[in-house]
Amino acid sequence: MAIERRTLLKAITAGAGFAGAQALFPAWAQTGSRGVAPTLATLSGREIALSVGHSPFNVGGRTGHAITVNGTLPAPLIRLREGQHARLSVTNTLDEDTSIHWHGILLPFQMDGVPGISFPGIRPGETFVYEFPVRQSGTYWYHSHSGLQEAMGHFGPLIIDPTGADPVAYDREHVIVLSDWSFLHPHEILRRLKASPGYFNQQRTTVAGLLSGEDRMSASERRMWAEMRMDPRDISDVTGSTYTYLVNGHGPQENWTGLFEPGERVRLRIINASAMTNFNVRIPGLPMTVVQADGENVRPVEVDEFQIAVAETYDVIISPREDRAYTIVSEAVDRSGMGRATLAPRLGMSAEVPPLRQVPNLTMRDMGMDMGAMDHSAGGMDHGSMDHGDMNMRDRSLAPPNMAVGVGVQSISPMAENRLAERPLGLENEPHRVLVYTDLVALNPNRDTRAPSRTLEIHLTGNMERYMWGFDGRRFSELVEPIRFERDERVRVTLVNDTMMQHPIHLHGHFFELVNGHAGHQPLKHTVNVAPGGRLSFDLTADAPGDWAFHCHMMMHMHSGMFNVVTVRPLDGVAS
Amino acid sequence: MRMIAAFVAPLVLVAAMPAAAQDHAQHETQTPAPDPHAGHETTPPPQSTSAIGSDTQANAADLYFDAAAMARARQQLIAENGGMRTYAVIVERLEAGFDDDSETYAWHAQGWYGGDIHRFWWKSEGEGAFENELDDAELQLLYSRAVTPYFDLQAGVRQSYLESKDRTELVLGVQGLAPYWFEVGAAAFVSTEGDVTARAEAEYDLRLTQRLILQPSAELNFAAQDIPDLDIGAGLTDAEVGLRLRYEFSRRFAPYVGVEWTSALGETRDLRDALGEDTQSTRAVVGLRALF
Repeated sequence: MAIERRTLLKAITAGAGFAGAQALFPAWAQTGSRGVAPTLATLSGREIALSVGHSPFNVGGRTGHAITVNGTLPAPLIRLREGQHARLSVTNTLDEDTSIHWHGILLPFQMDGVPGISFPGIRPGETFVYEFPVRQSGTYWYHSHSGLQEAMGHFGPLIIDPTGADPVAYDREHVIVLSDWSFLHPHEILRRLKASPGYFNQQRTTVAGLLSGEDRMSASERRMWAEMRMDPRDISDVTGSTYTYLVNGHGPQENWTGLFEPGERVRLRIINASAMTNFNVRIPGLPMTVVQADGENVRPVEVDEFQIAVAETYDVIISPREDRAYTIVSEAVDRSGMGRATLAPRLGMSAEVPPLRQVPNLTMRDMGMDMGAMDHSAGGMDHGSMDHGDMNMRDRSLAPPNMAVGVGVQSISPMAENRLAERPLGLENEPHRVLVYTDLVALNPNRDTRAPSRTLEIHLTGNMERYMWGFDGRRFSELVEPIRFERDERVRVTLVNDTMMQHPIHLHGHFFELVNGHAGHQPLKHTVNVAPGGRLSFDLTADAPGDWAFHCHMMMHMHSGMFNVVTVRPLDGVAS
Repeated sequence: MRMIAAFVAPLVLVAAMPAAAQDHAQHETQTPAPDPHAGHETTPPPQSTSAIGSDTQANAADLYFDAAAMARARQQLIAENGGMRTYAVIVERLEAGFDDDSETYAWHAQGWYGGDIHRFWWKSEGEGAFENELDDAELQLLYSRAVTPYFDLQAGVRQSYLESKDRTELVLGVQGLAPYWFEVGAAAFVSTEGDVTARAEAEYDLRLTQRLILQPSAELNFAAQDIPDLDIGAGLTDAEVGLRLRYEFSRRFAPYVGVEWTSALGETRDLRDALGEDTQSTRAVVGLRALF
């Protein structure tokens, strides 16, 4: 009798524990989610209340400390409608300042949520009310812009339904929030990177790898990298050695599962809310049709895999016809780990999880040196002197006059190329279709058809050995001048990546048009991933007066100085 | 007791640091270095710039929020994005050595606290035989400034605790990363007696696997003049060459085994030979490397 009772109690406790754990996820992120139909409200309406606080977070059998919104990781789904007036009150129950930035949302600058730029921040115990008219639709997200709170779980999805008919037809939708979780405090992660930049890298080249051939790199190539003091395996600064990659707050073991019925068109709204991880996303056995990027509709393009940089969003349509499960794979670009989730007709089903693929090797192109192009074009150059990277990797004459070439600049790309048509890092040789930036074509014609009246070049600079990052050789803490735009001027901004790392660059308050060969239909983005050693341009109509943040969305790069303020003036008529 | 201070002092300093380093308020603000191209001016738009010029509102948010609150938030934003102060502790060697005659111990550690450019740097090393008192120990307290992408210039003092006589010296050195990933350092020392000595060091991590690492290292010492107190003759005085194989269970716990050869050289060797001292030794070593 006693035993039975204990067993029963255990069963109840276990059940309650499961239910309790699930309660820590908002409804849409609970495993077994039937999806978020437009009618199913999570947090919506005229008044939305959010509360920022501390929460325990459980993954892989361990419990850590998270900073959450309304007690969940990810934060609740906020669902707004284009044309409505949004009113979101945010209460801070932390003992430090907090904030919420509405990522990708067009709004008055004082509602953008960046402490020190848009507003003073939300002090402990205070409530700040964000109010703005909703002028757009699509998939977005929101997160803290205070310290490194975002890396501790303070992020969530934000979906805006269009007023008119959605050009994207679907029967069911799921929100897929990708993130990276560490039990280390993000400040400790950054401290370790400053102490030893390769601290988290467990995939470096080795003698064993040379002898076995597994490193896929010859001794002479390795010598060249070593001479330059550059690590060809420096793909991600923070890796699976400390990160657990999450899908909707679930680790690979927890296997978040979203349901579908065979024959349905399912829309996946995929958001990369990671602190430091770019992901390769694929669903083995299912092609994906990309219909939206960064909240803006694009002409449908079918792919088998795409890379999603930190802070980007992609909406894809899938059409599973079979009564079987599919695995959603979000593999870290350095292949040190993966997030994994399942799409299935019923709970409890799962599909094969593919193994991690080989870590990519960086190449000379990632250093902004195209050896092949040089051979063809360098008629007068002394080829002997270019042996083993003797080429000047830090030629000041290649820097714009306003760039500070100091200790924070390890290299200056000698021939940074436009790499928008290239497959992203590590996916060059995949046998299937991979999305490239030139595949993105805006569904609607671009509104501003004026030619840019001026150009502006900004270099993304860094020193991996000192873990310093900045724009034009300066960290934000060096009291840099803001980047100034005249209101409504149209500028072609060129970003040149002088480093061998990817940098997802985000501009607040605006969409910019990626100059990718589709004039008139250039895709609108709020975040663009600049390839290592690459360059790209975007056209910006600076139509949002005020001050805005402009930064790399890799949290540790931003926190190390890759950040600046964009000012759009005059402000006439802004304050009433 | 004084000798122990050489090792204990930096640890005390370091123990005090983590708390401070985690504190947001401790962020460093860098004064911009004088730069002929300073100003970050962008190409002026071909159109009239009067609109920008006439707009005197430097910080747009001051229109809506208390200017003092904005100024506070702005300061924090500036400090947080690039101005972080932090620390590191690198215990390169904490080891026991064995040869036919003696069992010895030695340590070699350094660490720093500060921002990206300016750092307080300390270094300590020492050795002794288990059955005797500490042979010698030293502690360097340095200001370290990043001067090139890979090298720091360091200046400060070195206090040595020696069998014969303690010494205080000024230090001027460089430390950094040379091509091919060689960790190198060189320093000159000027003692209160006016003696000038110098030291050069290099080490290299050869990764056999991700965790098994073979580290050759070398250290050379020089003297510009005879220093009779220390039985040192002018010129190259001594060398230390080591080879250590460590296994990194983690960056914080990497035990190793190795061998170390030390020898007095040149006139110093002659001098010590004449005194009947050992001038050369080869020891097997076992120890621990740790990075914090």
